[in-house]
Amino acid sequence: MDPQYVLKMENISKDYYGNRVLKDVSFCVKPGEIHALMGENGAGKSTLMNILFGMPVIHETGGFEGTVEIEGKPVKIASPQDAMKYGIGMVHQEFMLIPGFTVTENIKVGREITTPNLFSRIFGKSIETLDGQAMRTDARRALDTIGLGIDEYARVAGLPVGYMQFIEIAREIDKTGIRLLVFDEPTAVLTESEAERLLAAIRDIAAHGIAIVFITHRLNEVMEVTDRITVLRDGELVTCLNTAETDMAQIAELMVGRKMEGQLETMAEGRVFSGSPVMTVRDFSVEMPGERVKKIDFDVYEGEILGIGGLAGQGKLGIPNGIMGLYEAEGEVTVSGEKLDLHRLGDALDKGIAFVSEDRRGVGLLLNESIRDNIVFTAMQTKKQFLKGKLLNSRAAGAHAQEMVQQLDIRCTGIQQTAGSLSGGNQQKVCLARALTQNPRILMVSEPTRGIDIGAKKLIIELLRSLNRDSGMTIIMVSSELLELRSICDRIAIVSDGTITTVLRPNDSDAAFGLAMSGTVSKEEGERE
Amino acid sequence: MNNSKFIDRIGWPRLIIAAFLVLLLILAQISGLGVQGLISDTFRRYGQYGVLVLAMVPGVQCGIGLNFGISLGIVGGLLGALISMELGPEFWVGMGAPEKLIPLFTILLALVIGAAFASVIGIGYGILLNRVKGSEMTVSTYVGFSIIAFMNIAWLILPFKRGDLIWTIGGSGLRTTLTLENSFGNVFNRFLAFKIPHTEIEIPTGLWLFFFGACFLVWLFLRSKVGMAMSAAGSNPAFARANGINVDKMRILGTAISTAIGAVGIIVYAQSYGFVQLYNAPMMMGFSCVASVLIGGASIRRANISNVLIGTLLFQGLLTLGLPVANRIIPVANLSEVMRLIISNGIILYALTKSGGGKNA
Repeated sequence: MDPQYVLKMENISKDYYGNRVLKDVSFCVKPGEIHALMGENGAGKSTLMNILFGMPVIHETGGFEGTVEIEGKPVKIASPQDAMKYGIGMVHQEFMLIPGFTVTENIKVGREITTPNLFSRIFGKSIETLDGQAMRTDARRALDTIGLGIDEYARVAGLPVGYMQFIEIAREIDKTGIRLLVFDEPTAVLTESEAERLLAAIRDIAAHGIAIVFITHRLNEVMEVTDRITVLRDGELVTCLNTAETDMAQIAELMVGRKMEGQLETMAEGRVFSGSPVMTVRDFSVEMPGERVKKIDFDVYEGEILGIGGLAGQGKLGIPNGIMGLYEAEGEVTVSGEKLDLHRLGDALDKGIAFVSEDRRGVGLLLNESIRDNIVFTAMQTKKQFLKGKLLNSRAAGAHAQEMVQQLDIRCTGIQQTAGSLSGGNQQKVCLARALTQNPRILMVSEPTRGIDIGAKKLIIELLRSLNRDSGMTIIMVSSELLELRSICDRIAIVSDGTITTVLRPNDSDAAFGLAMSGTVSKEEGERE
Repeated sequence: MNNSKFIDRIGWPRLIIAAFLVLLLILAQISGLGVQGLISDTFRRYGQYGVLVLAMVPGVQCGIGLNFGISLGIVGGLLGALISMELGPEFWVGMGAPEKLIPLFTILLALVIGAAFASVIGIGYGILLNRVKGSEMTVSTYVGFSIIAFMNIAWLILPFKRGDLIWTIGGSGLRTTLTLENSFGNVFNRFLAFKIPHTEIEIPTGLWLFFFGACFLVWLFLRSKVGMAMSAAGSNPAFARANGINVDKMRILGTAISTAIGAVGIIVYAQSYGFVQLYNAPMMMGFSCVASVLIGGASIRRANISNVLIGTLLFQGLLTLGLPVANRIIPVANLSEVMRLIISNGIILYALTKSGGGKNA
């Protein structure tokens, strides 16, 4: 027995369909410590946690290699129920609460305290009377532990977002025997003061002897609350160090590592364009749920790459989707002087705007159709190309698809392979190929590197760069990854809370970007003006 | 390698059923049933049901799922057939048509009127289905049943006058079963029909030509600009919208085409059967069409012509070969009807739970 660690995961390896996402990773957590798990998107954090929780996705794809020990004893976690049994809890990023229930009911759901009654003696435990008083006491205790002063009998619906996070936490710590609690980006949706409170609560919980795994992108929070830090990069363990012995810059470097050495390290030169813009956007609002855009203005110049960045849920995705007419939009958008009819689906396509959606599998592709059909589809529908009479001209379509496959280096068995069976990076290339086939005046790409492996990311970015620098394609690129934006864009508009806070140059300071993302710049500037 | 690819393409269920068919043939031969007659029968029923099964394809492709409401098209087709029959041979004689071609003209007129009726009905039906997205198949099943009930009243009161259409007693209301002997019975079946030399197996050439022709037209349509837009709208509405396609319009189009093909299908069916059946007869027809296309490897999201060609053959083969053999083994009256229900509903159930079928990529 080695009680030194509450959780010990050793030599964990995992691959998805031959794509190795974790290589020989070890990860240990001591009781009562706050342990940060850090790494960029795709570093393997979620896979590691999925293994810890025995998520079905792991077993369906052939399991994993390595051992998991809880309090010194090797365990097999085959399902999330098992994880719960071992005292491992998770606070989810998106809330799993029932709005119509009270706080107490949400905390106690599934683990109600009951007392026997006449009927339950006959029909069994499932119809025992609820012990409301005991449940409320328990809920109160859990809420007090994390310092949340709301009434345990309030309904969850209508509570501020920040509170919901706390109720989730209360539910987890109310579980008896909880030893380890995983927080998956808990502060992503919180305001600054709420985040402060949450961090304080996390410290309290840890003081009770519960180990905390804290997953976040925010370095300052990590420095503030954690004891130790484990850094993953591209599925490999980089290091595990004590927070006290390091600083933000070092961690940032460790996280980004190779990426910095590679192509993306070069920052775009930030060319300055002038003259009349090829696209103007005025008073533009979009009603996209979760990505609302509120009355923004911006211009796009011929031949530039305009980046649109910002945190998730702030509205950056609403901009391209609104322009394409996929969500209800208001305002005035002109392309080469022509006004866009935002209410007519397909008008943007007709006016020469191509769109590569952030939802590659949902919106970007016909997964069951061939690469060829996916590539020629838009050009065929909007420009009537690749048609012979009214029918598809297979020969022309095939020749073009073949050319695109070569030009973009799409790895496939042939143009008849279905798009759904390609890897993420190659699927993205098919999406790009379709957009390019339209021969657009403006190319809009939304999250072009989301969910694809690091090598493919670089290829996509390089492809966009050469399209712009060599072929003069005007590109609007929406992305959550600042590094990417800064590596190829000429200007970067940062969106926060549905408005553009500021437009930066790629070589502006990290601090400027950080402030703009949190939306503080616009307020200060607004006051100054 | 090649072998497993072949199996993947066809799908295990189809191979098993095909093997079962061969077994049935052997059993039939052993138990002294006229195998050649059974094969002839299968061939005839293949063409007879084929067009109705084909009607499933545009429905599935446009996204409404399996069109259980094909009775709407059937009703349209029946109306077309009845109107053409009401006009009768005299109409064509009056137009100066050569006597030999009159049955052909009669069925062509029936097809045109039927398809026209069905298209109009199909547009309304498509608009309805756009309002119940997500539960199309449930709704279409009940719409199919409702139209039959409604038409039960209509058949009684529609002003048809011709003596051999209406009840002799009472002088109004259409009969339940109308013979086509004097109008267009078997026109397609007889066209260029021949027997395979040295056997009794008859090939209904005209019927098959019509069926394959219809399949070819639908295949062409699915490869056209509109057809591809329609299939995209069905398989991924979000993708279609991002490409500027009006998804609702495409669904209405697919529903209307499906309904119109249903109308054509019932007329082809009737001419091969030799009778037009009204009232409750078409009630369950949708189910056997659904079963056929599913057995052919279609899913509720994807169906193509080969699913129709293979599925109809397997399904009709099972029924025509299976029933006499089963009757021989368990001689109970009425078994055939029970068997038919078990087979067709069983297949639907099986296919819906599996909703993948074979790989039809």
